[in-house]
Amino acid sequence: MTSQLVRPTTGAVRRDARQKVTGEARYAVDRTPPGCLHACPVPATVARGRVTAVHAEAVLQRPGVRAVLTHENAPRLGEADDPTLLLLQDDRVPHRGWYVAVVVADTPEIAREAAEVLDVDYAVEDHDVLLRADHPDLYTPEEANGGHPAVRERGDFAPAFAASPVRVDATYSMSALHNHPMEPHASTARWEDGGLTVYDSSQGASTVRDVLAGLFELPPERVTVVSAFVGGGFGSKGTPRPPCVLASMASRHTGRPVRLVLPRRELAAVVGHRAPTVQRVRIGASEEGVISALSHEVVTQTSTVKEFVEQAAVPARAMYTSPHSFTGHRVVALDVPSPSWMRAPGEASGMYALESAMDELAGAVGVDPVELRLRNEPDAEPDSGKPFSSRGLADCLREGARRFGWEGRDPRPGVRRDGDLLWGTGVASATYPVLLSPCKASAHAGPDGLYTVRVDATDIGTGARTVLAQIAAEALGVPLDSVRVELGSSVLPDAPVAGGSSGTGSWGWAAHKACTALREELAGRSGPLPSEGVTVEADTEEETGQESPYARHAFGAHFAEVRVDTVTGEVRVSRLLGVYAAGRILNPRTARSQFIGGMTMGLGMALTEHSTMDPAFGDYTERDLASYHVPACADVPAIEAHWVEEHDPHLNPMGSKGIGEIGIVGTAAAIANAVHHATGVRLRDLPLTPDRLLPHLR
Amino acid sequence: MKPFAYVRPERTEEAIDRFAAQPGARFLAGGTNLVDLMKLGVAGPPLLIDINGLPLDAVEETAAGGLHIGATARNSDVAAHPLVRVRYPALSQALLAGASPQLRNAATTGGNLLQRTRCPYFQDASKPCNKRAPGSGCPAREGVHRDLAVLGHSAHCVATHPSDMAVALAALDAEVRLRGPAGERTVPVAEFHRLPGDRPDRDTVIEDGELITGVTLPAPPSGARGAYRKARDRASYAFALASVAAVLTVEDGRIGHAALAFGGLAHKPWRAHAAEEVLRGAPATAETYRRAADAELAAAEPLRDNGFKVPLARNLAVSVLHDLASRTDTTG
Repeated sequence: MTSQLVRPTTGAVRRDARQKVTGEARYAVDRTPPGCLHACPVPATVARGRVTAVHAEAVLQRPGVRAVLTHENAPRLGEADDPTLLLLQDDRVPHRGWYVAVVVADTPEIAREAAEVLDVDYAVEDHDVLLRADHPDLYTPEEANGGHPAVRERGDFAPAFAASPVRVDATYSMSALHNHPMEPHASTARWEDGGLTVYDSSQGASTVRDVLAGLFELPPERVTVVSAFVGGGFGSKGTPRPPCVLASMASRHTGRPVRLVLPRRELAAVVGHRAPTVQRVRIGASEEGVISALSHEVVTQTSTVKEFVEQAAVPARAMYTSPHSFTGHRVVALDVPSPSWMRAPGEASGMYALESAMDELAGAVGVDPVELRLRNEPDAEPDSGKPFSSRGLADCLREGARRFGWEGRDPRPGVRRDGDLLWGTGVASATYPVLLSPCKASAHAGPDGLYTVRVDATDIGTGARTVLAQIAAEALGVPLDSVRVELGSSVLPDAPVAGGSSGTGSWGWAAHKACTALREELAGRSGPLPSEGVTVEADTEEETGQESPYARHAFGAHFAEVRVDTVTGEVRVSRLLGVYAAGRILNPRTARSQFIGGMTMGLGMALTEHSTMDPAFGDYTERDLASYHVPACADVPAIEAHWVEEHDPHLNPMGSKGIGEIGIVGTAAAIANAVHHATGVRLRDLPLTPDRLLPHLR
Repeated sequence: MKPFAYVRPERTEEAIDRFAAQPGARFLAGGTNLVDLMKLGVAGPPLLIDINGLPLDAVEETAAGGLHIGATARNSDVAAHPLVRVRYPALSQALLAGASPQLRNAATTGGNLLQRTRCPYFQDASKPCNKRAPGSGCPAREGVHRDLAVLGHSAHCVATHPSDMAVALAALDAEVRLRGPAGERTVPVAEFHRLPGDRPDRDTVIEDGELITGVTLPAPPSGARGAYRKARDRASYAFALASVAAVLTVEDGRIGHAALAFGGLAHKPWRAHAAEEVLRGAPATAETYRRAADAELAAAEPLRDNGFKVPLARNLAVSVLHDLASRTDTTG
């Protein structure tokens, strides 16, 4: 593998930048068809029970109220793999905030007020909403998210751990985290001539189309879903969410177009979140820090509606040499909102624990934390035994150490004081798998010399429009400005969601395949093109369906410098640096944005983002951006993202790995490790807010 | 959101008359809190009287050498005002520690004083709250209360007042100017907000129909130094876990004037009289600052999850007093 550093300020500019900053870009709520009604959902105000009555009559008498949908009169839905979408189908309340009715009215204000005053009676049952590591109902599921086996064992962990000269045994926990994209979830739905059109804020219109077709028992071709512009999702729009179902129901019920926008304070209950975890990591190693035994045990929660298991122990299966290994998950179904995908599910939470434990091991054996990781580089992926298609972790660690000025670091914790401030530095590794899904695309050459690529990709702010045009122009061998990209609608060739850092690889492969075929087609022609142009279609089902003989992952290294105020317990990050090995970086400008966005989210996970489950009421307490503390600009310090260019022929025709998620992975551990280095205090419960830190400082 | 009427008078008398004529009316200034509460279903006034057209936005020196700040002067304008920055640095710092630039551009002096607690139960109309719905109970006492009061709370309410600005004003001996149907009166800022007692629905001593027309600050004591410091969960746009405003004069190593107020600890900006007693005339030493803070915080009654606020407030007070007393300049 050769490494080459690329300046991060180059790369094609975003094609939709002007549209976004001028307001020309049309989001789901910017579509208000003539005669559109407005829907407001009604969240349950009990944590568990049954709806015994919905007193809709009083509300229906209000001027402007058109309908109240409840489980008694809402359209019956068909099949859904995701039971969180089976809304208003029965009287059960599985958690506080679950929707028990929808009010439809002439204006959003009328709908909202009517929803607030709608009287709902419940039969209340006792609820159980608190995750505990010793919860009696914990069980081992078959699979964790992503289809990973819940438990994997290699060798014989227990005796190997017992026999290890150096042992780390530590338990880490973190609160729930919430996605909170800038644009709350919203849909505008319209039934017309027995078909359904939905403008939806989603991470994948093809998926929403298929799910709505199943729920409303329509052939997929009668459903059109448009997600042209999406203001972020971070996983919470990766699966269809209540707005598209409720708006479609309400539109069918009223015969009018219906728009539904979720208030931000309801997101925590109905669009998924990162589940809280309690993670025990045990590492047995030699005096030199070479790992012989590694165990990562995860306890987490799901709802009673669906099983979702945050796969936090999975990265330990790929990271370090470990002849004897146990990785497992246990979960308990509580009366809580259903967890789901949030940026790097599994890796983000799991690598916080694993990389914190690695830091503890480095301290225990007296080996520099960068060097410790280099000593545990495996020859092949530990769990599968497969060779790596490329593994740039060592390069990232070395390059990051060089750029950060790591060499000569004093390893002693709690000794660097500058007035009231203690400061320190930390490092952590990052990893994220290469995921690819089948995708279709078409490429068209017009007689005007312009080319059009069509694929139902979604640009959730990543720059997909721009990068797909680059991929197409390169495959066609034509200038970038002669290529148009159409995306964000289910009338286009089917595509997978923008999720799992797989979008560019999956959509790009299909676009590349179509453009390559078009180029060949054009090369075999002579004379002017026909007036309708030439179109070629492509489908990557075969290529992406083959199991790779290689273990394919992106890697990274994070370095953080923090200052801890001994007066207040406040932690502020002064420097944050990430180096990534993610195949070929297709657009340095948009890639940098992805990396530093992920790192910023990791900073929030480490220090500021805290969510409290209210045991009495069964809801998350911090439900607005004033109380759920995503980092503000003032929290984000000198932040740098760099990469080592990899040439990996085992990925896709572009040679790219996904980059949307790896920035968050490892950032929290690097910051937490830096807090330990600064203070000498090892806190194992995120986030590291002043109330937690202050009692340990002097 | 309930339908409401909206008027925008141009004269103060008209605004007060309008208010008197419509029970439940509310004055609207920056709207940064009231409009949120209307959306949340916590406030539902039938009439909004927009006071942004009234001539109440001036910031001007008083004949006594103090400063009058009009009720609708924006937080960002007050923070940047040269006289505020030079003579009342604690106030400028407190304003800049609050909210975000966008909110400070809209929020006003009067509105800031009248903003309501951010207690999560108060803001959630689906739950009990004695402040929002008297007699319904206080789930915060046993519930989620890390951010809530450690001083002066009651069995009925453990809310905190969220303002930074008001904490600095309390330490600066500022007075609130009120005008109502019965005429004008002034109330010291430190006495403007109430403790919850058995009437947590009443945040302040303001009488129904009274309008805040402004805030008046006395001339700062000669040689006074002032500062505001706030601890919070993120570097910007977060309410105080605890904060302190202090104004001090030091002569020959001894403290002369001493004014100290805490934020984030109580239902009101907490003027620390007991601490001031210890400080006045005492040597300007770390030992004095610690004794002063302890004298005030001895009355603290932390709840299950907010005990950290007591050492936090103590540390903040000691640190700010030490920094002020160590300074050689006398303007800031």
